[in-house]
Amino acid sequence: MTKVSITVNGTAQAADLDPRTLLVDFLRDHLRLTGTHVGCDTSQCGACTVHLDGRAVKACTLLAAQVDGKAVTTIEGIAKDGVLHPMQAAFREHHGLQCGFCTPGMVMTAIAMAKDSAGEPLTEAKIREELEGNLCRCTGYQNIVRAIAAGAAAMKAG
Amino acid sequence: MYPFDYHRPASVKDAATQANDDALFLAGGQTLIPTLKQRLRQAATLIDLGAIPELRGIVLNGKTLTIGAMTSHAEVAASPDVRNAIPALADLAGKIGDPQVRNCGTLGGSIANNDPAADYPAALVALGATVHTNTRSLKAEDFFTGMFETALGVGELVVKVDFPLAKRAAFAKFRNPASRYAIAAVFVAETDAGVRVAVIGAGPGVFRVPEMESALAKTFSAAALSGIAVSADGLNEDMHATADYRAHLIGVMAARAVASLT
Ligand SMILES: Cc1cc2nc3c(=O)[nH]c(=O)nc-3n(C[C@H](O)[C@H](O)[C@H](O)COP(=O)(O)OP(=O)(O)OC[C@H]3O[C@@H](n4cnc5c(N)ncnc54)[C@H](O)[C@@H]3O)c2cc1C
Ligand code: FES
Ligand code: FES
Repeated sequence: MTKVSITVNGTAQAADLDPRTLLVDFLRDHLRLTGTHVGCDTSQCGACTVHLDGRAVKACTLLAAQVDGKAVTTIEGIAKDGVLHPMQAAFREHHGLQCGFCTPGMVMTAIAMAKDSAGEPLTEAKIREELEGNLCRCTGYQNIVRAIAAGAAAMKAG
Repeated sequence: MYPFDYHRPASVKDAATQANDDALFLAGGQTLIPTLKQRLRQAATLIDLGAIPELRGIVLNGKTLTIGAMTSHAEVAASPDVRNAIPALADLAGKIGDPQVRNCGTLGGSIANNDPAADYPAALVALGATVHTNTRSLKAEDFFTGMFETALGVGELVVKVDFPLAKRAAFAKFRNPASRYAIAAVFVAETDAGVRVAVIGAGPGVFRVPEMESALAKTFSAAALSGIAVSADGLNEDMHATADYRAHLIGVMAARAVASLT
């Protein structure tokens, strides 16, 4: 067993885990934070995307033990006081989802890309490029790209 | 995954001491974790290199750019030092996989794994880089020994890589749109050691194209490459592309890399 302490959505969490425990399983099975989805389990789809110290990572491709001492943010941790994060609000407003399975990963990737590109304009081409690690089987991406552009603008406006 | 013990040493020395022939180093995990999950690999012990400060960082010192083994692809792509000193290397790192993979995947993991379609080996060979392990220093061409094979021995880990600065260098990659790995990619570099052309994705491992190198040494232009046919013998043939197509792509990618510099 391996002892880990990870700050998840601002709360310190400590556990004694089988070292094989993936970060996504720690989040879903141990903490019951089931908003982070497992789409492929083969590092392709990005449905499991969370933030590790602010950067987008695939939680199915990291051991929980690897992130010991670090801070993880999941889809459950971005709304404040019951108010949707601007990126979540933009996905709703622009119909950036159909079945919703990919959406938590899309939103987490989108927030990271909006923060990363604080300097340069987030063009449509740039958004599509930054979405390479996130697959959606439903929407055809058009509205996801629109939602991200709007969400990033809303984040900038503060 | 089969069961394993997990260690997280704080120094290179401890990592090497904990290693044995039934242990594996864990870097970004972007290759190793998927292969453990598929039970393509197993080890009694995983030695996580993530808590070793001496494996991280990017230092520009005169004519050498040094990158620590645990430096992520995203850090290399965004580094002002890399972008100024060897822009082609930042470009290469920024085209690996996708943003999430780049945030975790590392230089050391990429070269230690030596996937025939991994991008970094092309840069190391074309630039004439030196790989420093905890026990010795190796020229890139001696480090990469074959498909998924390197000169690394048991308990030996990549510590850092020294890249000599290039007068000019460019990377051109023809990506498989689904996997994001290269079907063929070419790194062209002119350094103090001359012009080098290194190919990945097309063969069982990274290789140079001497005919292109001597043509470019005479005249550094895409036109100088026309008429140089790369043989398809020994190139990879799979569901994505035939060996002939890959041979053709090498010419196209080399010309694109050179054209971007002239
Ligand atoms: C969806 C996806 C797309 C990808 N696309 C690309 C691509 O386009 N181009 C590309 O080049 N790569 C690509 N990769 C691979 C990615 O770059 C990996 O990060 C890289 O190959 C391995 O690096 P890592 O740090 O994740 O190493 P790990 O997966 O942790 O380790 C890989 C191997 O190297 C060994 N190792 C790690 N570090 C050291 C060290 N310092 N010394 C000795 N041995 C060590 C490990 O024991 C293991 O055998 C992709 C991966 C994914 C999941
Ligand atoms: S579930 Fe992690 S990438 Fe698909
Ligand atoms: S909305 Fe269904 S997978 Fe994207």
